[in-house]
Amino acid sequence: MANLGEIVQKVRSKNAGPFWLTVDIFCGTPHAYEHVIAGLSSATVAKIFGVNTQDIKRFDIASLHVVKFSLPRPHVQGSTFDPDMHGASWAALLAELPLEN
Amino acid sequence: MTTRVLIPSGALGLNYDQVALDRGIAMKPDIIAIDGGSTDSGPAYLGRGVSKYSRASTKIEWCGLMEARAKAGVPLVIGTSGTCGADDTVDWMLDITREIAADLRQSLKIAVLRCSQDTAVMSTAFSDGHITPLPAAPNVTASDFATCTNIVALAGAEQIVAALETGADIIIAGRTTDTAIIAALPIMRGNDAGAAWHGAKIGECGALCASNPQSGVVMVEFDNEGFTVIPLADGAHATPHTVSAHMLYENSDPFILYEPGGHLDVTDAIYAALDDTRVRVTGSTWVPSDSYTVKLEGARPAGFQCVLMCLLRDAHYVKNAQIWANDIIRKCRSKVIKRLRLAPEEFDIELRLMGQNASFGTLETHSAQSHEIGVLGIVTAKSNALAMEIGQFLNPYLLHHPLTQAEEQPTFAFPFSPAEISRGQTYEFCLNHVLTLDDPMSAFRLEQIQIG
Repeated sequence: MANLGEIVQKVRSKNAGPFWLTVDIFCGTPHAYEHVIAGLSSATVAKIFGVNTQDIKRFDIASLHVVKFSLPRPHVQGSTFDPDMHGASWAALLAELPLEN
Repeated sequence: MTTRVLIPSGALGLNYDQVALDRGIAMKPDIIAIDGGSTDSGPAYLGRGVSKYSRASTKIEWCGLMEARAKAGVPLVIGTSGTCGADDTVDWMLDITREIAADLRQSLKIAVLRCSQDTAVMSTAFSDGHITPLPAAPNVTASDFATCTNIVALAGAEQIVAALETGADIIIAGRTTDTAIIAALPIMRGNDAGAAWHGAKIGECGALCASNPQSGVVMVEFDNEGFTVIPLADGAHATPHTVSAHMLYENSDPFILYEPGGHLDVTDAIYAALDDTRVRVTGSTWVPSDSYTVKLEGARPAGFQCVLMCLLRDAHYVKNAQIWANDIIRKCRSKVIKRLRLAPEEFDIELRLMGQNASFGTLETHSAQSHEIGVLGIVTAKSNALAMEIGQFLNPYLLHHPLTQAEEQPTFAFPFSPAEISRGQTYEFCLNHVLTLDDPMSAFRLEQIQIG
């Protein structure tokens, strides 16, 4: 069983304004894209980031081989308990997720 | 008609490639547009009304752009001046501009667009139903607006067009959407509105939409059917992939972008390579909205902070760091409550274990052991004096707290003396709302100034 980050080209996360986090999975190939589509559910992503599944926006973008998730930030940007002002480290949580073959 | 917008970089203060900028000037742009900020660096800049970037750096880069403008003979516009785009940072940018104009002996017509909002006016607008929340907005009441030290409204193309119509050489704008300063002139000249907003979104981070993203400089050419992206630095190439992928960047929705007065829809956009450097985009759609809304950003004080740092290197403590930290928080909190007669909700003490779970807290999935752990103590309280005093309560625990009473008293590494570091007033973002306007200019103030 490989981690998501080992299957795809890049996983990137970033603020989308102070209240949203957006995570882009650049799969790189049609094969990796199909693998991610089949193996990664929105519910899993919600659980990883500690948010509700219904609050997750998901975009499967075949033309770019990209799967994108947007979610309310685990902590509002810059609030007392926010560990990451720019939101870029959160990608690691998803990249390290084991994905079934 | 073609409109050429030259974008020197993603933000003033990030530097730009002078050779590429000169190349752009030689291509005879119709306007030079650069962004001055965003919310991305956090709430303190808006809360305080200050710039993130060094004044000296800003002045050097702005001077280069003012010289380029004089050479090109076209308007130069900066949006979101001074990181947050509050009136104070607009004035800061105007002062820098005056100094440079005097040095360069330039005579200039300046248009200044101010975007700060009166908190009492906003409170009334909220009560009257003119301010509505966006998804994931904090719950606010009318009285919350008065707690903000700064509220700004994000100007769109209409306000920048009004500034351009004054015939200004330089436009110094407060908070604008990242795209408005780029989209305004193409819209004003009747280019396709979908192309104007889409090309603006692609170009707003400079060459981030191309390979060699650090090179900064990009030209976007707009016409009546679409737009063309032309990165100008050596080794920078735009491809259909780099351009279309930029719609993902810092966007919660990669196909829809909300702007004052409507939204951009790029679902049917077609990206085509003209050669190995330039990309042509057509098929983007602008959908006007029934009402005209502008987004609001607000920041307010969120307590004072004191931080302390120490290092755990003893293997026994590294292994049991979380137990150690939890025990300190419990004991220290209890002592603070008792000796300072505080209620539990009047302060926070947090210990972040760097090397263990400081990035994600309880969401961390790794349990790998490092050989050392950095401990970041964060105290938050209602005054600076109180935060610092609670920091002094925390200090001896971070220095000597034993895991059990049975063991010898440990001493941990402090990198600083004094150990308590004041972070002063902290701020929080408290608005993710839109304000409905009857007249796009009614929340903004446009001033014309002659320099030299």
